[in-house]
Amino acid sequence: MDLAGHAPCWLTRRGGYACRACLVEKRRAALAPDGGGGYVTALMNTGSTSAPSGRILSARDLLGVDGLSVSEIAALLDLADSYVELNRRTDKKLSVLRGRTHINLFFEPSTRTQSSFELAGKRLGADVMNMSVKTSSVSKGETLLDTAMTLNAMHPDLLVVRHHHAGAAELLAQKVSCAVINAGDGRHEHPTQALLDALTIRRHRGRLENLVIAICGDILHSRVARSNINLLLKMGAHVRLVAPSSLLPPDAARLGPEIFTSMADGLRGADVVMMLRLQLERMNGAFIPSTREYYRFYGLDSEKLTAAKDGALVMHPGPMNRGVEISSDIADGPQSVIREQVEMGVAVRMAVLDALARNLEPAGEGEEA
Amino acid sequence: MSPVTALTGDPRRRAFVNARLMDPSRGLEGPGGVLIESGRIVASGPQVTAASARADDVMDCKGHLLFPGLIDMCVFTGEPGNEYRETLKSASLAAAAGGVTTMIVMPATDPVIDEAAIVDFILRRARDTAAVRVAPMAAITRSLKGEQMSETGLLREAGAVALTDGRAGVASPRVLRRAMAYARDFNMLVVQHVKDADLAAGGVMNEGELSARLGLPGIPRQAEIIMLERDIRLVELTGARYHAAQISCAESLDIIRRAKDAGLPVTCGVSINHLTLNENDIGAWRTFFKLTPPLRREEDRAALARGVADGTIDVIVSAHDPQSADTKRLPFAEAAFGAIGLETLFSAAFSLHLGGEIPLPRLIEAMSAAPARLLELEGGSLAPGQPADFAIADPDASWKVEPEALRSLSKNTPFEDRVFTGRVIHTVVAGRSVFS
Repeated sequence: MDLAGHAPCWLTRRGGYACRACLVEKRRAALAPDGGGGYVTALMNTGSTSAPSGRILSARDLLGVDGLSVSEIAALLDLADSYVELNRRTDKKLSVLRGRTHINLFFEPSTRTQSSFELAGKRLGADVMNMSVKTSSVSKGETLLDTAMTLNAMHPDLLVVRHHHAGAAELLAQKVSCAVINAGDGRHEHPTQALLDALTIRRHRGRLENLVIAICGDILHSRVARSNINLLLKMGAHVRLVAPSSLLPPDAARLGPEIFTSMADGLRGADVVMMLRLQLERMNGAFIPSTREYYRFYGLDSEKLTAAKDGALVMHPGPMNRGVEISSDIADGPQSVIREQVEMGVAVRMAVLDALARNLEPAGEGEEA
Repeated sequence: MSPVTALTGDPRRRAFVNARLMDPSRGLEGPGGVLIESGRIVASGPQVTAASARADDVMDCKGHLLFPGLIDMCVFTGEPGNEYRETLKSASLAAAAGGVTTMIVMPATDPVIDEAAIVDFILRRARDTAAVRVAPMAAITRSLKGEQMSETGLLREAGAVALTDGRAGVASPRVLRRAMAYARDFNMLVVQHVKDADLAAGGVMNEGELSARLGLPGIPRQAEIIMLERDIRLVELTGARYHAAQISCAESLDIIRRAKDAGLPVTCGVSINHLTLNENDIGAWRTFFKLTPPLRREEDRAALARGVADGTIDVIVSAHDPQSADTKRLPFAEAAFGAIGLETLFSAAFSLHLGGEIPLPRLIEAMSAAPARLLELEGGSLAPGQPADFAIADPDASWKVEPEALRSLSKNTPFEDRVFTGRVIHTVVAGRSVFS
């Protein structure tokens, strides 16, 4: 590959060897079996949806789906699509984030999301550090800001944060000078989950527009639901919420979706059935009478699923309560794309980290020169 | 009809002729007859005569009053748990003698009706032992504790017709709010005992001059008013169908009227005791007049009667609550609340008609068509196709209430020695004569 005649880089607008991104390309080109730029070129050129500069996101942070435009979402999904292919190869390593420090700051325990982000950062070549913060002693607000100041002094580039209170990511973002990714703040938002759900659907159905998507279960306490409602409506899908009234936020219809309190009605003709996790502490008597009753009326089983379209996709953000919100035969059945969601999670998080890093000051500029 | 109150009908074609029909559900009043077959009404009206009926069995009603069987929305029994006070069977015999063809039993049993299996038990026991139809209300909260909501959907599937915590109101607005929101999805009526237990704590009768004179702790009317006002705010919030089981004060009528005018799904009931008695009946600490809600002042009683007449109050119940000597032969403050009332329900109501306070069609309506409508049950009407549940009363018969002659196993009637005019003489359930 002739790098001398290489066009100015999308990231640095410099030519040839001076550009780190081009070095990446050079390295990939050498490694690629076909000897060509193949998918790496696809990574750099994300198609018609992204700006010629390669910038995908206009904001420094990803705090919620709320702040994303339709074209930003489409561009993130395109980029993630290309990372799906990468993740299926034996050599999954890129160095797009080489030299970057990526910190996972989790105030709430999470295995899946944290490991998904960690893997995403590592595959893109970042230095990843996990911080799990116990939330016992000090008053919460103080802890959060103190932690933010401490972390900021370590000069991270990408900060992934999960917190049990809504708005925590936003607050943190005001105090640090790096890119902040919201990995779940209370009941508010969980944007990467919505992106990975959208990616999963799009890969199966080729689009999001005009699909009928039923989100079922504990909407009231679910940040996944809020992000999904936001994203899917933006992308032109028909969103339905299906839950007992005690698990619906007040005025849920004002958020845009159609509201149903019976599974038979809510699932009728749906292209996608998205189940939500029912949290243990809410099960008995407080918001619903019992898990037994919940399963009978709101748990997804083969009988209730017949109301949806033939071959409708079944999704769940995990971890599942089998026999509470979903039956095992459905969770493991042919319509389930639940395991695929986990795979898409890594790709989407790589896309988000990559896209946000593009907005940062270039790392290690000139070091390779 | 929900399976709960289903009985196999008498297959025979029977005619009840020469009656004075009164069917408020159709605005029907006048001479005529009723023709039934297989437990259902085939025809009713002036055209049904002995000559036209071609029936297996013709009964001459001798011009007596024939009206839809009464549906009593508030019946406590002792089964399961306190069968010595009342069984479903003994209560049903008292019901049949009072013209009541459907008893809605309260969940305050031992164990509490808060699980589908107990609903099933009640229905099976009723089918095997009771003379009239029986359907249970189930608990709003488990064990009536006011903490965790019970399995509304499963209870409904099993045959519960509404939700109530019986003599207890759900105190926590947070718990009630969620239970109401949930009940709405299953179209279950939430029936609340409107008494703020905290404000009423320790009270045993209406708070006022009389309680001061008798030296008894009072239950202020505000205990009812506050609870009712609060609950209606929760109806606004949740959209649930709400029924105040028994109101006792004049102010509650204003609250109900306002809620109805605002289009809220709010209804209310009153017990026959609160329409016919007042606090002065307590006299010398007579515990059979210790009720919850308590008997109030005469002004309240008169206002409640007007409330029934003008439709503000939807239903009249017996609030049948059998208590025995061990719970009633005690100092007033220690005695249990409650009075029996199934067998005297029609006669006591008829006295309000005779006294000119409430027109008879409205009284019958409030005890038949209105509860059927609220609970979405069949019955409460003499229209063709409806279950053959009705009663025949002799409006001129006078009788004296003698506790020992009452069919209930418990004898705590507040109408002891009262002479009533008007008495049920024949009761038909699913085409069968269950009392005559």
